[in-house]
Amino acid sequence: MRTYAVHASVVRNLRDARRGDYRMTDISTAAGNALRDAVCSICGRHGDDPAALLEILHELQDEWGCVEDDAVPMLADALNLSRAEVHGVVSFYHDFRTSPAGRVTVKMCRAEACQSMGALKLIEDICTRMGVPLGGNGDDARVTIEPVYCLGNCALAPAALIDGRPMGRADIDKLENAIAEAAA
Amino acid sequence: MSVTVYIPCDSAALSVGADTVADAIRHEARIRDIDVTIVRNGSRGLFWLEPLVEVEVDGNRTAYGPVTAADVPKLFDAAFHAGGSHPLALGPIEDHPFLKNQERLTFARVGIIDPLDMAAYQSHGGLTGLRRALGMTPEQIVQDVTDSGLRGRGGAGFPTGIKWKTVAETACETKYVCCNADEGDSGTFADRMIMEGDPFTLIEGMVIAGLAVGAGEGYVYIRSEYPHAIATMLAAIRIWEADGLLGDDVAGSGKPFRLHVRKGAGAYICGEESSMLESMEGKRGTVRAKPPIPAVAGLFGQPTVVNNVLSLATVPYIMKEGAEAYRDFGMGRSRGTQPFQLAGNIRQGGLVEKAFGVTIRELIEDFGGGTASGRPFRAAQLGGPLGAYVDDAMLDLAMDYEALAEAGAMLGHGGIVVFDDTVDMAEMARFAFEFCEIESCGKCTPCRIGAVRGRETVEKIIRGEDAARNVTLVEDLCDVMTDGSLCAMGGLTPMPVRSAIKLFPDDFDRPLRHAAE
Ligand SMILES: Cc1cc2nc3c(=O)[nH]c(=O)nc-3n(C[C@H](O)[C@H](O)[C@H](O)COP(=O)(O)O)c2cc1C
Ligand code: SF4
Ligand code: FES
Repeated sequence: MRTYAVHASVVRNLRDARRGDYRMTDISTAAGNALRDAVCSICGRHGDDPAALLEILHELQDEWGCVEDDAVPMLADALNLSRAEVHGVVSFYHDFRTSPAGRVTVKMCRAEACQSMGALKLIEDICTRMGVPLGGNGDDARVTIEPVYCLGNCALAPAALIDGRPMGRADIDKLENAIAEAAA
Repeated sequence: MSVTVYIPCDSAALSVGADTVADAIRHEARIRDIDVTIVRNGSRGLFWLEPLVEVEVDGNRTAYGPVTAADVPKLFDAAFHAGGSHPLALGPIEDHPFLKNQERLTFARVGIIDPLDMAAYQSHGGLTGLRRALGMTPEQIVQDVTDSGLRGRGGAGFPTGIKWKTVAETACETKYVCCNADEGDSGTFADRMIMEGDPFTLIEGMVIAGLAVGAGEGYVYIRSEYPHAIATMLAAIRIWEADGLLGDDVAGSGKPFRLHVRKGAGAYICGEESSMLESMEGKRGTVRAKPPIPAVAGLFGQPTVVNNVLSLATVPYIMKEGAEAYRDFGMGRSRGTQPFQLAGNIRQGGLVEKAFGVTIRELIEDFGGGTASGRPFRAAQLGGPLGAYVDDAMLDLAMDYEALAEAGAMLGHGGIVVFDDTVDMAEMARFAFEFCEIESCGKCTPCRIGAVRGRETVEKIIRGEDAARNVTLVEDLCDVMTDGSLCAMGGLTPMPVRSAIKLFPDDFDRPLRHAAE
């Protein structure tokens, strides 16, 4: 009986410790609950397999716009990983962001082949015209312009990807039109 | 009678409006009551002519390009659907010098067929290699690949047959075949063109690799920057599964081969094979120390074949035509063909598959037609961001692993990025360090810290602060990075830097720029 009692208390302590985690992430709010539901269902779709963490993060970001800090302990819990491990992965990869992007996401290539066709100047120009810093959001969060290193369209440089749609031989007017179109 | 019109679905063609052109042709055909069947093929790789539309009349294809949606009504007026003449007409595209002078083995079908049409795949020679492999022992397959002389196209040039032999001889119940489709090098797009233009050939190569080494499961790790390649690969896998060519019983052989796609998340270092394996396990993409090599302990610690897309996609040709047919191409120890990629400031950019031995000058001048800007050529970077720059005097070098290595350059994944005379080579050296700083996995100090110090020091040179002394400092730092880095990221970043300093010393000899200026 005694072994059972010890065991039960250990289990209770563990559970309390976990609750502590959740309290930190404020699961009492509706948003917190919704986020947890999303995390659980995405992880479930991948059999709660930690090897699928990148896929899971991609899907979470597609659904929620970002991988917010609150999702980290929830992911850790669902996949039986430590929070440090999940945070380590989220922060390692350039694709994952912890706050939402603007309505339109433009990936601008700044690798060598695109540089040879004036990409750096073009990137500067489009950021100025849109009023956003490279890699960040403007006040109205209309557009986010992100640097990328090669889009595999190096023979038609400068290259861009606007909400997943490729643009070759990009120039400032083509970009501006495409952004306006994507935002519409 | 219906006319077949080919409009590429390759993302480079899409990037210059191929979808809009397809819509316009469909629309125009409808209002003119002309029966048109549109086939979305891969790209022929003449990117400056995209969107390149081909019309098939009596089995002969006539090309038009570059076509815009606005050209479409005029094309119909000129009866292009019957092969009529028009200023954009190019004739049969196979006769174009850019294509005619190539040796397309790996790319034999790319741009010709609908990438997801199994019947077309087979009528163009697909599956013949797999069928032959199914009748061979694993040892025979490995021997054929070894005899073909095929070397890894991902950059390191390691003999593919020898790698397979190691995996085949490592006794283990679970083994994997992993395809490296991270293609992060600037100036390269051949992997993408295969995945979008002939994904079946990659799958066929992976299944053959599985048979050869005794692996029943495979993964393709594709970078997230390639959404179209990912979609096409997924669709292709579903077709193979439905046809019983993938799954628990490959083509009735009783052997399993299941194939999955894993998507990267924007990290150049995940192209390094051990980092890729970490990433595929859901972890940070940090490089693993070797040994053990992946062939012994790879994905989830199991023996794993890691090969580049092009290496695997070439295997069906070798199985079909025989090792000798492939080995007959090439020079020295570089056998077969290499898909070269002409990129950057080049008039005729695109894909040139050619036997090893072709010179850089032939590629840039004869195929590429010189710079896009029309200004004089100044430099080209070979083999991606970790590859050396070459100047005009080096252009007569033959494209061959050993010849390039001797000249202090490398072939890498076969990319050639051209720059005209406006390029500032000190800026390019600065960028090489900056790129390493952004993409370093952080595991070892020479790379993680060296890249930052290198960038800062080149910035001083650019500002003209003690330029000569700082160039010496950069050269010292390059020695440390070359000797002390765990992988080629830190180990080869000095390559573009050193070559820029050596070939273009004037760009580093700068007067002090005053803040007031
Ligand atoms: C920093 C770095 C990046 C690399 N990127 C790629 C890549 O994008 N694709 C690739 O196939 N190989 C890449 N490689 C080479 C791989 O480590 C490995 O050699 C290759 O995938 C093996 O396949 P292969 O023998 O068929 O070439 C990279 C290596 C390094 C050091
Ligand atoms: S050289 Fe750079 S990328 Fe390679 S292991 Fe070291 S830190 Fe990582
Ligand atoms: S370098 Fe810009 S697309 Fe490849």
